[in-house]
Amino acid sequence: MSTNGEQLPLTVALSKGRIFRETLPLLARAGIEVHGDPESSRKLVLQTSVADVRLLILRASDVPTYVEYGAADLGVAGKDVLMEHGGAGLYEPLDLGIARCRLMTAAREGAVMPDGRLRVATKYINTTRRFFASRGQQVELIKLYGSMELAPVLGLADCIVDVVDTGSTLRANGLEPLEHVADISSRLIVNKVAFKTRNQRVRDFIDALRQAVTAAGTAPAAAEE
Amino acid sequence: MSQGDRWMLPDGVEELLPPRAAAMERLRRELLDLFSVWGYDMVTPPLIEYLDSLLTGTGNDLDLQTFKLTDQLSGRLMGVRADMTPQVARIDAHRMSGDGVRRLCYTGTVVHTRPGSFSGSRCPHQAGAELFGYAGLDADLEVIALMLATLELAGLGDLHLDLGHVNIYRQLIKGAELSPAREAELFDIMQRKAVPELEAFLAAEVVPAKLVPALRALPDLSGDSEVLGRARAELAPGGKPVLAALDELERACERLNRDYPALPLHLDLAELRGFRYHTGLVFTAFQPGHGEPLARGGRYDHIGEVFGRRRPATGFSTDLQNLLLLADREQAPAGGAILAPADDDPRLQQQVTALRASGERVVRQLPDQAGVEARAGCDRQLVRQGKEWQVVPL
Repeated sequence: MSTNGEQLPLTVALSKGRIFRETLPLLARAGIEVHGDPESSRKLVLQTSVADVRLLILRASDVPTYVEYGAADLGVAGKDVLMEHGGAGLYEPLDLGIARCRLMTAAREGAVMPDGRLRVATKYINTTRRFFASRGQQVELIKLYGSMELAPVLGLADCIVDVVDTGSTLRANGLEPLEHVADISSRLIVNKVAFKTRNQRVRDFIDALRQAVTAAGTAPAAAEE
Repeated sequence: MSQGDRWMLPDGVEELLPPRAAAMERLRRELLDLFSVWGYDMVTPPLIEYLDSLLTGTGNDLDLQTFKLTDQLSGRLMGVRADMTPQVARIDAHRMSGDGVRRLCYTGTVVHTRPGSFSGSRCPHQAGAELFGYAGLDADLEVIALMLATLELAGLGDLHLDLGHVNIYRQLIKGAELSPAREAELFDIMQRKAVPELEAFLAAEVVPAKLVPALRALPDLSGDSEVLGRARAELAPGGKPVLAALDELERACERLNRDYPALPLHLDLAELRGFRYHTGLVFTAFQPGHGEPLARGGRYDHIGEVFGRRRPATGFSTDLQNLLLLADREQAPAGGAILAPADDDPRLQQQVTALRASGERVVRQLPDQAGVEARAGCDRQLVRQGKEWQVVPL
């Protein structure tokens, strides 16, 4: 029997945009230079300066699925996406401290919440249900895929649950943030089988990134969620 | 469902066609033969039984996965089996007498309410073997050896074995005396090795200070057998039962390294799969590059207690459909069939009967059936030569 697991490439899944931009410097500190830029190229698989490390460019909400089923060995995913994905199918050993924002409820400025069931628009259906349930409140959920801010303005929902960075999109649409649901930052996620069958290689990668996070000073403060 | 969709099966429900169905059956038979030569007796538990007995000792893990229906005869709730292991434990504890060692094996379809794995199947074909009545490590090692032999039989190479011991974590949280909600939270964190959340959890000071370093160290205690040395130092506050678990793991590693020098072993002391059900050593076989385990098992002592008797138990199970898929064993067996022409000569009938009795596959052509389709799968044919019928190449 051979351990040819060691010769397989290490595949890292992440989404383009903010997560990709902020992961690049951490990879660079870990000695991995990425060839190509997903913003200007249509390539979905990017090679790197390390021969056996390649990146997959995916939709953010698909990253946990790829990693859980082993199509990618590792991934970078926002805590918002992971909370929504749910389950214990992944390891989340490292907070990269990047792409920070907050998951919040928001409603029209000065709006008074009605008695009875709230109608809440969000793309985070599971997280939202859990959040309101934890406060003993049952809500009607409306699944949307984007432009959440419009829902309360047009009377589709009483409030929304969405990620808030500076809050300027909310303000521009006449909304105000209300309650804090969770602090969000990006996590390194790991496929369980890759962790077990290619332990040394995967741990080396995690350790290198951990050092990069510490060196970059993006490490999270002690208070989490 | 519209008229046009009547052919459609429910999500995650699949049927097997030729040649896969035959390949599956061959694998199943070979596997049962293997279990038999290892001294395991076959049992056939029922497809449905009362929910109470089906879910006993398995906690909530199986509850959600089990289809339920009401028994019209008794008014009681019944479940369709989602896992055959508790059924076999019930059989051992209640239906069979004697306190000695007993080895049982089984295969059958189980049904899940939700697709649990990558293949998305809700009807895996479970096969497994259980060893009751022996609490020592040698029983676990025998089951591991049989699990490896099973995967080898299926044609799967390049195996990796992951070992864990649920009693390590169990003893640590026993000392921590957490509320059920807090315990569930910590369990979820551990399963995900979510170090950042673990730090926050420990910072909240709900865990006794002396256990904090041990719990902090736990997610990182994985790797080859050298990890055990580090574990002895860092998990010492867990007390004697934790150290005993580490000793057991060490002995398991020694024996496995001796018996399977080429088999890569990986230890994961924070592995909590089946935590509510298992009581000791747990093991899983993987192939690198496949995101899902091939087979898994472990010790689950005393699950049969509610059925009458406390019995030590260990065992493993696997999904034959998954093995078949990965091993690519779909080729038909060597030797094609013999075509017998549509002729009502009694001598031909005698010859066909004799050939079939000798194990040959003989396909009778039907009257007026012509064309290549009639010959499909045949490599020889029966031809009249004088009064006799002879087999000649087709």
